[in-house]
Amino acid sequence: MKILVCISKTPDTTAKIAFTDNNTKFDTNGVQWIINPYDEWYCLVRAIELKEKDASTVIHLVTVAEADADPIIRKALALGGDEAIRINTGSNDGYYIASQIAEWAKQGNYDLIFTGKETIDYNGSSVGGMVAELLDLPFVSLATKFELSGSKATITREIEGGEEACEVDLPLVVSCQAGVAEPRIPNMRGIMAARTKPLKVVDPVATEALTGYVSFELPPAKAGVKLVPADQPEELVRLLHEEAKAF
Amino acid sequence: MSVLVFIDTADGQIKKSSLEAICYGAKVAEMSGTTAEGVVLGEVKDDLAALGKYGVKKIHHISNALLNHTDSQLYAKVIAQVAQATGAKTIIFSNNVNGKSIAPRVSARLKAGLVSGAISLPEISGPDFIVKKTVFSGKASANVSVKTETKIIALNPNAYKIESGEGTAEVVPFNADITAGKIKVIQTTKASGEIPLTEADIVVSGGRGMKGPENWGILEDLAKVLHAALACSRPVADSHWRPHSEHVGQTGVAIAPNLYIAVGISGAIQHLAGVNHSKIIVVINKDPEAPFFKAADYGIVGDAFEVVPKLTDAIKKLKEVAS
Repeated sequence: MKILVCISKTPDTTAKIAFTDNNTKFDTNGVQWIINPYDEWYCLVRAIELKEKDASTVIHLVTVAEADADPIIRKALALGGDEAIRINTGSNDGYYIASQIAEWAKQGNYDLIFTGKETIDYNGSSVGGMVAELLDLPFVSLATKFELSGSKATITREIEGGEEACEVDLPLVVSCQAGVAEPRIPNMRGIMAARTKPLKVVDPVATEALTGYVSFELPPAKAGVKLVPADQPEELVRLLHEEAKAF
Repeated sequence: MSVLVFIDTADGQIKKSSLEAICYGAKVAEMSGTTAEGVVLGEVKDDLAALGKYGVKKIHHISNALLNHTDSQLYAKVIAQVAQATGAKTIIFSNNVNGKSIAPRVSARLKAGLVSGAISLPEISGPDFIVKKTVFSGKASANVSVKTETKIIALNPNAYKIESGEGTAEVVPFNADITAGKIKVIQTTKASGEIPLTEADIVVSGGRGMKGPENWGILEDLAKVLHAALACSRPVADSHWRPHSEHVGQTGVAIAPNLYIAVGISGAIQHLAGVNHSKIIVVINKDPEAPFFKAADYGIVGDAFEVVPKLTDAIKKLKEVAS
């Protein structure tokens, strides 16, 4: 069993969001970088759990990023990957990133490719589906449970207002969210072992970005809260009905 | 040149988010001097011709039982065939659960730039095609330029208003090349009568201030009188008081209802990220210093266990008067 876990470097969930260069670039000043939570908490941890059940499982991590992503790759390796591949290029276009991952995956013969349901910076939720299409593989998105028995995966995925359970033969691409696994923290042994695990740096293949970020905007500030006394909820109902026209 | 809208169904019924996508697609078509067409996959119960009142002129229907369950691999192939046959240069999806799995595949298949999470109409001037979308889980928005001739937009649920007028759509069968998909659906579990969280106009949400899952009854009552969906904060889902599917916030579901009522939620930055596109935010919290009040439109500083039942009663009274 060979698993490819796609990971991405994102700002910490508490990072202050600001922009520079006339609102054309994300202001990275003072930003702490983390592994995209969906990639770490669910994809990577589930892959590690599968390896704990079947020791012959090999976990590769892949990221499309420049050298400043190395610290988060080492952290991922400390949690449990066997080997990491960094495709040495920076981009925020989903197709460009997916093309790089698909090219790598073609030569890797992976049985299973995990991606997070989205990254918490650009919220594209598109790389997993694109990788699946470029490799002509089935894609199950927004998984909340993932079980494996031989070469058959049983997956529960989110649908509007409910859940759907399905069976698919490997190989396939799955995007994961809460429910697939519980977050872990790396232990000292893992951190030590990560130092000597291979981190391969490979050159990107020639492809193009189909979209480009032109500018960013912060939401307009709220006018301020209108407080209603706790013993007058009917006044709140009146405001919501007549002023806000919320119902 | 036309605009093609993917019309998503569940159990043969058209989803509300698809009506938004149709209205949006019709407007994009009008802006580009063309017409909007739709594509529906699988057997349906709803009257497709009636969708004409939302602005779609023609609907390509592939009524094949193999398409009754969404398999993104199969769906992307069929939608790409329809797009190529109709010469569509803009393809619209709802950025709902199915849209998130199909739109990226169609994008890669046609090598057409995709903007997912769109929140407004594109700005089209000459060769420039720029779409605004949410980024940083709703903490900001970005203007994204699509550089390819064919463009794909996945519109966020609740980001575009449904408007209906007069009109009937011409429904035509489409001969698509279909082989059975590789995904076998074994079970579908759906809470009947429940409003999907991302489609809900009103959402009632509870946090740790609710003290335990046994106290959710007062929120359920409030949600019931408002026909609202229920949501919760991350600590609540992590403590298994409520299912993960109800967790809204940066690492949960992002929502943009008309009205969001947060009860006993302090308003951590990660939670605000997932809800700050709500049009009206009401916060009920006993801590006057709760950061959520800064992001709210209306608030009550008070004990949820006293305030919420009174609020429910007041709404019931209003609804009785109105009916």
